[in-house]
Amino acid sequence: MASTSGYSHRDPMLKKRDEFEDLLEERRNSSDLRYAFRCYSPVLYKALSPCTASSLKNMVLRSDQLRFVMSQVCQETGRAVVDIQEEASAILEEMAHNLQLSTVRFFAFTLCKVFKTLFRSICVNEEGIQRLQQVIQEHPVVLLPSHRSYMDFLLMSYIMYTYDVALPVIAAGMDFMGMKFVGEMLRMSGAFFIRRSFGADKLYWAIFSEYVKTIVKNGFAPVEFFLEGTRSRTSKSLTPKLGLLNIVMDPFFKGKELLGVPKPKESTSGLIKARKVLSEDYGSIHVYFGEPVSVRSLSQGKIDRSQFNLLPRHIPRRPSEEISNLVNDSAYRLVRAQEENMVLMPWVLLASLLLQSHHQNQVTALDELTEQAVWLRDLSRQYGAFLHWPDHVPPSEVVSSSLSLHRGLVKISEGRVQLALDQAEQSDPGEPPRAVTPEEELLSQAVTVLSCASYRNQALHIFLRPALLASALHTASSNNKQEVFNSFSFLRNMFSNEFILCPGATVQDFEDACFLLVKTGALQVSQQEVVVTETGHRTLAFLTSMLDPFLQGYQVVCRFLCEEATEALTEKQFVPAVRTFILKLLLAGRLRYTEVLSSDLQKNSLAALMRLGAVRKIKGAEPGTLKVNKVMVNSLEDTLGGKLPTQKAAVARL
Amino acid sequence: MAANGSGGGSDRQRVAQQRLRIIAGHLRRPADEDSAVRAAECKAPQSESDASAEGKTVPRRRQEIMKWNGWGYNDTKFIFNKKGQTEFTGKRYRLSGMILPGLQDWFENTFGASVHHKSPATNILNSSAVQPPNLNEAFVEELKSTGVPFSHDAEDRVFRANGHCLHEIFPLREGKIGRVPDTVVWPNCHNDVVKIVELACKHNVCLIPFGGGTSVSSALECPLEETRSIVSLDTSQMNRILWIDEKNLTAHVEAGIIGQDLERLLNESGYCTGHEPDSMEFSSLGGWVATRASGMKKNVYGNIEDLVVHIKMVTPQGVIEKSCQGPRMSTGPDIHHFILGSEGTLGLVTEVTMKIRPVPAYQKYGSVVFPDFEQGVACLREVARQRCAPASIRLMDNKQFQFGHALKPQGSSMFTSFLDGLKKFYITKFKGFDPNRLCVATLLFEGDREKVLQHEKQVYDIAAKFGGLAAGEDNGQRGYMLTFVIAYLRDLGLDYYVIAESFETSVPWDRVLDVCRNVKARIVRECKERGVQFSPLSTCRVTQTYDAGACVYFYFAFNYRGLSDPIHTFEQVEHAAREEILANGGSLSHHHGGGDRFKIKRLLIKRRRRVGVNDAAVITGCILTSKRWPGHPEPRGEEVILRSPRHVLTASPSRKLMGESSIYQPCTSSANTLPRPYHRSAGPLPYPVFHVPTSICQGKPLRLRTACHRVKLILGLYNVSSVLGPPLGARHCPPTVWLHRAPTSLSLYLHRGHCTQETENMT
Repeated sequence: MASTSGYSHRDPMLKKRDEFEDLLEERRNSSDLRYAFRCYSPVLYKALSPCTASSLKNMVLRSDQLRFVMSQVCQETGRAVVDIQEEASAILEEMAHNLQLSTVRFFAFTLCKVFKTLFRSICVNEEGIQRLQQVIQEHPVVLLPSHRSYMDFLLMSYIMYTYDVALPVIAAGMDFMGMKFVGEMLRMSGAFFIRRSFGADKLYWAIFSEYVKTIVKNGFAPVEFFLEGTRSRTSKSLTPKLGLLNIVMDPFFKGKELLGVPKPKESTSGLIKARKVLSEDYGSIHVYFGEPVSVRSLSQGKIDRSQFNLLPRHIPRRPSEEISNLVNDSAYRLVRAQEENMVLMPWVLLASLLLQSHHQNQVTALDELTEQAVWLRDLSRQYGAFLHWPDHVPPSEVVSSSLSLHRGLVKISEGRVQLALDQAEQSDPGEPPRAVTPEEELLSQAVTVLSCASYRNQALHIFLRPALLASALHTASSNNKQEVFNSFSFLRNMFSNEFILCPGATVQDFEDACFLLVKTGALQVSQQEVVVTETGHRTLAFLTSMLDPFLQGYQVVCRFLCEEATEALTEKQFVPAVRTFILKLLLAGRLRYTEVLSSDLQKNSLAALMRLGAVRKIKGAEPGTLKVNKVMVNSLEDTLGGKLPTQKAAVARL
Repeated sequence: MAANGSGGGSDRQRVAQQRLRIIAGHLRRPADEDSAVRAAECKAPQSESDASAEGKTVPRRRQEIMKWNGWGYNDTKFIFNKKGQTEFTGKRYRLSGMILPGLQDWFENTFGASVHHKSPATNILNSSAVQPPNLNEAFVEELKSTGVPFSHDAEDRVFRANGHCLHEIFPLREGKIGRVPDTVVWPNCHNDVVKIVELACKHNVCLIPFGGGTSVSSALECPLEETRSIVSLDTSQMNRILWIDEKNLTAHVEAGIIGQDLERLLNESGYCTGHEPDSMEFSSLGGWVATRASGMKKNVYGNIEDLVVHIKMVTPQGVIEKSCQGPRMSTGPDIHHFILGSEGTLGLVTEVTMKIRPVPAYQKYGSVVFPDFEQGVACLREVARQRCAPASIRLMDNKQFQFGHALKPQGSSMFTSFLDGLKKFYITKFKGFDPNRLCVATLLFEGDREKVLQHEKQVYDIAAKFGGLAAGEDNGQRGYMLTFVIAYLRDLGLDYYVIAESFETSVPWDRVLDVCRNVKARIVRECKERGVQFSPLSTCRVTQTYDAGACVYFYFAFNYRGLSDPIHTFEQVEHAAREEILANGGSLSHHHGGGDRFKIKRLLIKRRRRVGVNDAAVITGCILTSKRWPGHPEPRGEEVILRSPRHVLTASPSRKLMGESSIYQPCTSSANTLPRPYHRSAGPLPYPVFHVPTSICQGKPLRLRTACHRVKLILGLYNVSSVLGPPLGARHCPPTVWLHRAPTSLSLYLHRGHCTQETENMT
């Protein structure tokens, strides 16, 4: 299907997108109560009759897979069968959803009220819903929304209910269940709960995977989960978690996807990614349902399904290399596809601009900001951004209404716009200003900067590849294409924990970046050279400064590891220690970027260093003690800073 | 000769006759009752007359009774008459001369076809369209001197150039004739075959064995790249039962005998083999051996590999046969295992000793209706678990049930149609079966009357547990009839733009449903994707049950109007369907054989890493894997270059025998865990070869000791007594390994142990 090869298309501007419809409009004009009690009769897969929650549990408990694992556990631990069976049903009880239409109706009613007060509109692409509805009838479906806010899955179910689409069952973290009443309510609206970590607990894993597989292969309901695992706190896509994706794709490989289906018409297992975006301006929400992606087409020619012929299918085994590669690959594709369908608000662009001028200690005039925003709007559109910019409204109005929506973060005085850094004082106007330590002041500023950065992060994926190229040009010692590529490849490798970069697609990404920059006239690329054009400096400067905080952040972490890290530093102590170090640098004015304080960035950089082998975890006195290869970390830092040519770093890496 | 061992002989005769009427009522009665059961010597070489065909169905000139571009007898076919009814012409079958009122409607509704859109076949075989024979004069001269009858007649040659794959029949209907054999020979006995093979070796002539001509694996196609003279070796005149041994219940039979003759002649003596493949009217014993055939009553009698006691095979290296007829031996691999399923690549089967059984006293058909296919499969599984399967048990899916229903002859009276209506009402309304989901199992019981009735009850009791309702003998019988007339029905379809094919697989029980559902769905989807305008018929039945799995048979047909290259589309869909079977854990074939499906074989080989491609290459000789030997790490997921045997050897009624050759066999080991004794007809088991192919030496002269060592490693159990070096002057020739009477089980006569040469230089 279309978007399977979608992300490698040359010109992202050519991507066709659907129109949005406002979901709330009708709600405002008719009775919510009637809406909540309306006749809900969704089409199901192969016109199947829905399966009750308890019969689903029974199917799982009686499955060959689970019985096999139970007897295995029995033998290994020597516990009684009954004992293990009880544990199994307890686990299942804790996990299983208990979807009740009445609860859904209750939610539909309350959410209507809530949404109407909170939001101006909820925009959904109806064509996407229609596609989904069609696919649901013919294939088992998996919904993969992005996760940006807690509201996400309620919203999803709400939309499905509104459009008469089968309600999904949703994988949720156990932490939700902890909230007494809410947990049960969520369960009754279709959530099932998974422990965050269950490591080597065979039984738990078996129950969990069998539970999901049973739902998927029988097509009882669409399964919904978040590819990124957890909610992204920085609005930046997280590297996908593969466990659940593995599970839902498994029935297809084993040829069982349609077991027990009365009227088989077709045997594909469909995998749907549905995309949703919450633009958190509380103005409006945009939900975009993407093109369905079929597992069959994803795995075409990559998987030899007969590899499962030699072992009974109920015996669990590790996925083969070819399968984990496929799952990994698919996961990245899907996250990329999610990013592509991300709806961006003008404010996101403004946040990026304001953040940059803040870092350069500039205060921008409003009309200048408008001019920059229009420039950036055009640029991002050229890069394929899915921008929701009302074209019939004059840009100045768009800008000012965006700014006013986020007045907590910006300060406009005398026609000049800047970030509202003195937030703390504003919030308590009544009390006399008390003495604040420089540290406190810094932290309070950081809050503003970080929340601004999280808006900017929403747009990062659009600029990511060109920005990597721009930084590579900056750090590379010459304009030689090979050298630029080396340096690009180094940066890409360095940041692959930070951003969504499909493994193994370096050349592709490089070419895409070149294509985009050449298209916008910022670069000229010949066989040997990459040259910045006269008009290209503005673009490149913007792109470089977009990536600069990350570059600096990683360097700081490297410096910390070289200078401050003690022998006994553990993984746990790392974040607080590096934080103190960064604070010191910030206060001393040796570091500009407050957003480096983001623990997300610190953890990612540590993960990258560990992946590259510059830092290793060893079994010391304390578990998770870090052993730092200072020479290597040092050279990585220098390479990041452009002091060392990339070649050396590459060698060091080896 | 008659069986008087137990019970009255006349009684047996009567039973035999009755049985004949019931199951094989369609089989042609013998022209005269001359006892053909005799210990016969080989006919005098000069027997030019058709005397040898006395009492036999197949004359030397097949064209006298058979169609040249369709299935079966000249006088028998389905036609849509002007009244909108279907007629089955001729007098040979139970159904012959009857009117089938429902078929035309079913046909038009299922395929979207219309009786007004005809695609008729060319009627006359135009001899001038046949290429003149490419003769090897020296061979012909010597052949003449042996006295074995032969012919260069165009019709004779065309009749032996094809099997019954769609892609073979379709061009013939359009009058297109491709490469055909240049000569047809009719050996009369084993010794004739030995002479012919010797001559073929001597004069470098390519031999293609021809038995019943019912191959569906392209085995009879003449290779296009073949430049030598091709000789079709028609075994149809080697059709005698040489002796019957009542003490051991065995019969020694010439391999060219066709199924119906074998059964009829044995029945006359009160015996039967019980081997009844659907093609038994025309297929031959040698063909069954060569393709690991399976009969519908295998639950009582066994498959061909269970039935054979002794095989005599002529290879270019000599004749190979066991030295005794003991029921089982444990000395080394069973030599029969590489003859069975070798599809004529290793040798030509000339004589077979088979088990025989007294004709059963009582036979009863039956049928069971299930609410859905899943329940039906569950029931069959339970029957297999309890090991109480009747002689035959088959489960048709809903589509096939409806198909069978369309073949119902015109009701003989108001009363029967009233009864039918009542039955239908009972099942659909009273029992609540959905007519679009229900499916039917057909049953055939055989044995003593008492036991049959008891057995019947047991099976119906099991069926009842799965919601099955007994549905009468009639339905059962009609189900079996469908399989006998299906090939005639294909010709009817071809007259109206509908092309069809069948294929089969064996699959473990836990995957039966998955295979059925996924393959049918895949066919429908592929048709849609490839632009087929009308929805296809895609239907299956479970035809055999085993302890660990089942055999599934698929029919697949569609209306090809609007397609520019229907055969190509068809083959793509069929290929996809086979791929789906393999992906779902089925085997390539349960009983049709692997044939020339090299593309598929490649699939198989690719997945044979576990066995080791190198070993396979040596063991089977035919996959010449360049650059793989020795010591090269096995490439992962790479395709092994599979070359069809350049010097394809030998015979048995379905494959190529060529002169100048070594023993090759195509590699078709199964990648499935099919349980033994499981039926798997795609090729022989990878058992040893008596010759070291060049691939073992990488085209370099190999030190004898090394070669011997390698061969010993591979052959293991065999007692490799010597390795011959290359003959003088042939430096790059690989050594030939001689196996000397490896333990007592086999005596291997290497009449002509000349060292073989391969023209190809492997690198």
